[in-house]
Amino acid sequence: MGRPKLDRIVINRDWCKGCGVCIHFCPREVLEIDAFDKVVVVHPEKCTCCRLCELRCPELASEVIIEK
Amino acid sequence: MGTRDFIRERFFPHMWCPGCGHGTILNCLIRAIEELGLDKSNIVVVSGIGCSARISGYVDFHSLHTLHGRALAFATGVKFSQPELTIITPMGDGDALAIGGNHFIHAARRNIDITAIVMNNRIYGMTGGQYSPMSCTGDYATTAPFGNIDNPFDAVKLATAAGASFVARTTTYHAKEGISILKKAIRHRGFSVVEFLSQCPTQYGRRNQLVNAPVMLEYLKTHTVPIGSARAAEDPEILERGIFVEELRAEYCDAYEQVIQKEGG
Repeated sequence: MGRPKLDRIVINRDWCKGCGVCIHFCPREVLEIDAFDKVVVVHPEKCTCCRLCELRCPELASEVIIEK
Repeated sequence: MGTRDFIRERFFPHMWCPGCGHGTILNCLIRAIEELGLDKSNIVVVSGIGCSARISGYVDFHSLHTLHGRALAFATGVKFSQPELTIITPMGDGDALAIGGNHFIHAARRNIDITAIVMNNRIYGMTGGQYSPMSCTGDYATTAPFGNIDNPFDAVKLATAAGASFVARTTTYHAKEGISILKKAIRHRGFSVVEFLSQCPTQYGRRNQLVNAPVMLEYLKTHTVPIGSARAAEDPEILERGIFVEELRAEYCDAYEQVIQKEGG
């Protein structure tokens, strides 16, 4: 078993309220907030698939999809 | 099954404020149930009134949205009529310990097989930010503009003293720990209490110099320690988290079944 590899991070823009919890606690600064106060994925290559953004997201808007 | 299968997507985005910890508790709860592999049709979620109580509308299980503080009373009835069901009662801090305080201690005393989650954000959020029995001394609220003079309850000590056979505390910052504690609490046979420290940025945070959800989560991170840590003894503001009580005791429905068997009912 190697390190899990990221396929993509899906942010549900209809559900995201831009609270910034995922951005603040991301250990690798993968996420940022955009002009519409929604979270966007800016550095997917840095993601380690720890899934902390997905687990802490109060809006259930974030989903980390791991490559199979 | 994915987590999306456990929520009623038609009600999303939910009504909680941006950064509300109750969303994280909902997130942890459905992940715990998913990991346990429980059948959706055997789970009943019973809630009372308040921000926290809206959780029963968002989960795709059997759900009851009941009277303020009376979630445990309704849950006891459901459990008693069909003991094979898994009952989960998420309640707010005011719902569980002020309005429903008596139901809470007596459900614990009976040790009935219900999982009670106390979603503790230390404020009455929905009604406008009045202080709750979990607000700490010195906290500001709309009804305590010069600082709260009441002492808060310690939900863990209260539940332990009342006789709950599983008592734990966790926070929305420690989501992974929260999922594992919820799994143990749901599996436990007897009355399980999980105090889930949550954040209310709108009503609590902005009156108490905790400006947004990340700052409040940082506070939960720095002001809680695992059970037995020396820091908790030195500073009364620091709370311990983990599983405080986990023991097997006679369960209420089992005891009642024994009476039926014995008396030939």
